[in-house]
Amino acid sequence: MTDQQLDQSRLGGFTYDPAPESASVARIADAYGLFIDGAFTDPGDHEQFVTLNPASARPLATVAHGSTADVDRAVAAARRAFPSWSTTTGSQRAKYLYRIARLIQERARELAVVETLDNGKPIRETRDVDVPLAAAYFFYYAGWADKLDHAGFGPSPRPLGVAGQIIPWNFPLLMAAWKLAPALAAGNTCVLKPAETTPLSALVLADILAQAELPAGVVNIVTGDGATGAALVAHPGVDKIAFTGSTEVGRLIQQRLGERGTHLTLELGGKGANIVFEDAPVDEMIEGIIDGIFFNQGHVCCAGSRLLVQESIADEVVRRLLRRVEQLRVGDPLDKNTDVGAINSAAQLARIEELTVAGEAEGATRHTSSCALPTEGYWFAPTVFTDVAQSHRIAREEIFGPVLSVLSFRTPDEAVAKANNTKYGLACGVWSEKGSRTLWVAQRLRAGVIWANTYNRFDPTSPFGGVRESGFGREGGRHGLEAYLDV
Amino acid sequence: MSDRIDVRKTYKLVIKGAFVRSESGRSYEVTDATGAFWANVAQASRKDLREAVVAARAAQSPWWAASAYNRGQVIYRLAEMAEARRGELAEHVAAAEGVPTAKAAASVARGIDRIVWYAGWTDKVAQVFGGANPVAGPFFNFSLPVPSGVVGVIAPEDSSFEGFVDAVLAPIATGNAVVALASATRPTPALLLGEMSATSDLPGGVMNVLSGDRDELAPVLCAHEDVDGVDLEGAGDAVGALAELAAGSIKRVLRPPTTGASELRKLRAFIETSTVWHTIGQ
Repeated sequence: MTDQQLDQSRLGGFTYDPAPESASVARIADAYGLFIDGAFTDPGDHEQFVTLNPASARPLATVAHGSTADVDRAVAAARRAFPSWSTTTGSQRAKYLYRIARLIQERARELAVVETLDNGKPIRETRDVDVPLAAAYFFYYAGWADKLDHAGFGPSPRPLGVAGQIIPWNFPLLMAAWKLAPALAAGNTCVLKPAETTPLSALVLADILAQAELPAGVVNIVTGDGATGAALVAHPGVDKIAFTGSTEVGRLIQQRLGERGTHLTLELGGKGANIVFEDAPVDEMIEGIIDGIFFNQGHVCCAGSRLLVQESIADEVVRRLLRRVEQLRVGDPLDKNTDVGAINSAAQLARIEELTVAGEAEGATRHTSSCALPTEGYWFAPTVFTDVAQSHRIAREEIFGPVLSVLSFRTPDEAVAKANNTKYGLACGVWSEKGSRTLWVAQRLRAGVIWANTYNRFDPTSPFGGVRESGFGREGGRHGLEAYLDV
Repeated sequence: MSDRIDVRKTYKLVIKGAFVRSESGRSYEVTDATGAFWANVAQASRKDLREAVVAARAAQSPWWAASAYNRGQVIYRLAEMAEARRGELAEHVAAAEGVPTAKAAASVARGIDRIVWYAGWTDKVAQVFGGANPVAGPFFNFSLPVPSGVVGVIAPEDSSFEGFVDAVLAPIATGNAVVALASATRPTPALLLGEMSATSDLPGGVMNVLSGDRDELAPVLCAHEDVDGVDLEGAGDAVGALAELAAGSIKRVLRPPTTGASELRKLRAFIETSTVWHTIGQ
């Protein structure tokens, strides 16, 4: 019997019934304005664009396209709010951040559904990861607001001023929290630009900020596309830009700011290596590889998109991996049993398809899950490539989708050399029961984050960020404050 | 019979999350600052104190085993509970300390803000007081702050709420369990905080609050073999003698602060540094 037949016979024909979360919890409006100076503008005052549910390709709402003039008003509001916000006591700022954390917890279900509808990621992930972590980041940095003297940057460190923050579509609410919480704790005021395809959770967050009675202008949220982001980057009234997104755009921003010297932190792409030694704990390792690449449909900058497996166990690991991939449940993101949701946009789906076609053309062997895909919306079945060479595009370029490239190695030295053979350096995983070797490898990996016998772990106390072309600056932990302090 | 007869409350000890009279059956009268009757309060015995130490010891490991994030949330919850009873606390502080209500309210507000401050410390002490050590060899070497264990607190006699909060929440934030002697003459604000702890998810036994005669209780607390550290801020003239008793089991002793002391003093007092060496090699 094949593994698949074995699984079938063991399950005895068992199938999952649908277990959908209610979409009505989201309470999405028809049209949204911008959140500037403590209030929403009238949607009718702006050119509107549509945000889609990627699981159906149907419209969810229309959202304001922030113009240069809108960005200008938002920056001006942030500038006006800065003197008072930056000089109020840390204890006062802390209390606002605690309020925001509590309100996120209280509106967790609504936020999870909004995020799943707008992004396409499974409700299991928004409910258990995105939303609770967003609250946790606000909690954590609330605690720093009145302890800045003890953060290791000298006495009374000063904020930078107005921070322009541009966030991606893969973790919309969580990235907003990563950006806003440390910036506000340190005493900056903010203009946040959510991603074009996922603006809705940031607009719910705007409502939460108003509920928390955060002083007007301290946070302004301007939705829009790349042009809106470019206007924010170009604005002379912005003291700091924090950007999370692709390395290509990050490079453009760094070039643009070169002349002016605006403070900058960048969290960019990655091509993370998951290194598996022959003594790795097998079950945990298989789950870790799966989670490392298929979590959030692989729309993760630190995804473990390259599997480097020691040659002696490569066949067995690939066999088990393919069997596990076949069991992943792909489909309705609102279903609580779904493992892999929708691809965020048509553009992203096209990029994934283009790269996987290139993978086959360059000679790699493609294994794609036989799962049925919904007929509407944007979908890509979990895929594993074997026989991958380091020169292949699928081993070098960030795919940002549910596609894993498998390579092998013989010695720790070779594993390190292959893992580092990339322009990126965001995250790596090491799987081995031998701690001394894990640490030996970790010392030699050029990556900002290294997970040992786990993958894709995030915590507000732990600094996250890349080296090389994965960017600079850290988010999370004591280190995350530095990005928003004039030190 | 138009005037309603008010319902008077006896203030009880807080041991293991329960509110108990003294096993000795004793209570004493507490007066306000003018000398008028204020409340009947349980008078803890040496046996009550020993029970409290047993409770603290049992509660400490699970409290420390909870995530720092969880401990922070619980302490923040305590602030939420205190905030809801600000008026009551201020009334007690005003009566106990003989200060105008506005001044008492300000002191209570500072005390609650201090709870919030400590809530934020739970997940930051490791980064501020711990770290990696670059030893000259193939080792990954790091030091982590861990709690001392059970801490005895002799709270300030004068500052009935603010001082009590600062003395008790610091060791709790760093993962210790506490047996606190409230101000003997002004115990009710501290006992109220003990009541609030029961509705804030703070596990029973993490914060034990005793009222009574300090001359009777403090020496037992400081000599107790299963207490790891003592804060003598409220010990007055007895500091020297109590510190000597504490030496019996090599307790960590925090003496009353001198002027210019760091605001982290209490936070640092009851943590130990635990250093791990791990080899690095293929």
